[in-house]
Amino acid sequence: MYAYIIRRLLTLIPVLLGLTLIVFLMIRAIPGNPAHIILGQAATEESIEALNKKLGLDQPWYVQYFKYLGGLLTGDLGDSIRTDSPISEQIWPYLAGTIELALVAMLIAVFIGVNAGIISAWFQNSWFDYALMLLALIGVSMPIFWLGLLEQWIFAVNLDWFPTGGRDNVRNPVEPITHLYIIDTIIQGDTEKLVEVIRHLVLPAVALATIPMAIIARITRSSMLEVMRTDYIRTAKAKGMKMFWVVYKHSLKNASIPILTVIGLQLGLLLGGAILTETIFSWPGIGRYIYDAINYRDYPVVQSSILIIALFFVLINLIVDILYAIIDPRIKYR
Amino acid sequence: MADISTDKMEVNLEEEQVISPWKEAWRTFRKNKLALVGGGIVTFFILLAIIGPFVVPEGIDDQKLTEARLQPPSAEYWFGTDDFGRDIFSRVVHGARISLSVGFFSVMGSIIVGSFLGILAGYYRGIVDGVISRIFDIMLAFPSILLAIGIVAVLGPSLQNALIAIAIINIPTFGRLIRSKVLSVKEEEFILAAKSIGMKDTRILFHHILPNSMPPIIVQGTLAIATAIIEAAALGFLGLGARSPKPEWGRMLADSQAYFINAPWMMIFPGLAIILTVLGFNLLGDGLRDALDPKMKT
Repeated sequence: MYAYIIRRLLTLIPVLLGLTLIVFLMIRAIPGNPAHIILGQAATEESIEALNKKLGLDQPWYVQYFKYLGGLLTGDLGDSIRTDSPISEQIWPYLAGTIELALVAMLIAVFIGVNAGIISAWFQNSWFDYALMLLALIGVSMPIFWLGLLEQWIFAVNLDWFPTGGRDNVRNPVEPITHLYIIDTIIQGDTEKLVEVIRHLVLPAVALATIPMAIIARITRSSMLEVMRTDYIRTAKAKGMKMFWVVYKHSLKNASIPILTVIGLQLGLLLGGAILTETIFSWPGIGRYIYDAINYRDYPVVQSSILIIALFFVLINLIVDILYAIIDPRIKYR
Repeated sequence: MADISTDKMEVNLEEEQVISPWKEAWRTFRKNKLALVGGGIVTFFILLAIIGPFVVPEGIDDQKLTEARLQPPSAEYWFGTDDFGRDIFSRVVHGARISLSVGFFSVMGSIIVGSFLGILAGYYRGIVDGVISRIFDIMLAFPSILLAIGIVAVLGPSLQNALIAIAIINIPTFGRLIRSKVLSVKEEEFILAAKSIGMKDTRILFHHILPNSMPPIIVQGTLAIATAIIEAAALGFLGLGARSPKPEWGRMLADSQAYFINAPWMMIFPGLAIILTVLGFNLLGDGLRDALDPKMKT
């Protein structure tokens, strides 16, 4: 077990180095003089030179890379060109916004997706099964940004049930402690604000949850169908066990590995999908942070944010791999 | 001994009617209703992309600012008009050509580069394999849309750069697929036979290994077109792909944001076009997988 985890950790080293190298090369890959492009047409010679110096572009690339790596190890993500302050100091509120959104979306996707898949498998070939699989099929093909716009149009504009965007009520904002607003409002015991925060979360979270929900429902159904054909399930039924327990206790446990794989994979992909959702719902998360940074040509911010999300992605995949080995001991021998 | 076994095979072949694997795949495919629906949708959009622009009433940028701004759908303007008074129906049809070309050409690019790298890695193993596989690992360590955004941010926003970015992010998928296929085909006896009669590496690769890798590439390629179309639209939506007045569907959705409260048709129809096309390619891809490569079924 430990040997497996250590082996898995060792394979991470080249991946992490590669990640940092790609992200590092991003600015260097800008065609022409990066400083010139960042500053625009009206830039003076001196300001370009100053920025070159600030970005370290006047040194050979390998020196720059090792400096960059060294900086990363001490938690230095570089400075934002727009605000002229360290990125590491301003990134957390955005990151927290995305984490909160992604976790709530995943919770929705897993709860609905897994249950829908189970019921679909339980009542295979019923109208519920067909309707659900059709919905899942549509869900998989849904462009998330279109779904977001539709939700906004129906539930925010026409029905006025939820706000069109943002994380909280601008006129009565949450005072951040952890920047995870659900937790903050609970700590402060402010139910009124908690309700506001949840109301703001619903539309973007549902939009973000749709694709993973569809994929989780499909995989749960097929995985459950496979398990429910086995002998031990027939035995459980034969001894008169209630169907509910046969399905939710005996079958689900053995069907869980493929479901877990997909959940892990989707959680990582959610971080990528967040950039679209956040743009539509003016959600101040890391996706929105990247989007704004691109428009301001604030490349250090783009660079560092992409690196942070990729690190999360790698970390999630690592955790999923380790979880497998715990659930299914056969895996570590592969 | 070899003679005897081939004799036997010929007898068998004569007795049972010979069906080529492709014909058999077609038989399976034909029975799958959803796959046929998918094929129908895809054919429809391909025809639309080819013929549509010649048939629709308007070009991509026929502005009628005074007489036809933000008109709801009607007999004259089937999908309504946008904030410049342009016919949305015409623009959606023109957009089919953009989305389908981006989907098709980006995936072709990924397949060509991915196959090349995958073959190198799988056939020569060793350091070549190590380096190529690590590069794939690293690329797959990014959420794909994010990597695309990064690439476009560097190259500068345009439809062409969006296409390049989408092609790049899909390379590892095909590269890994081909690599594993090469690894398994390489062990087959007919490759050993080809080697023993002195066939050159390149000939073995192109005449034996590549044709054997076709079915999974076709399946994965079809499904990848679906994702590529969504990714292109996503980049267009974020302002990193096609620029106005190009009627790219994602771009049209982005432009609709300021108006859809009063003119929801600006948002509904381009979105419908995206989801239908993507659904078509997904259904077709699933059907092809069941027909061509039953082992890949999940």
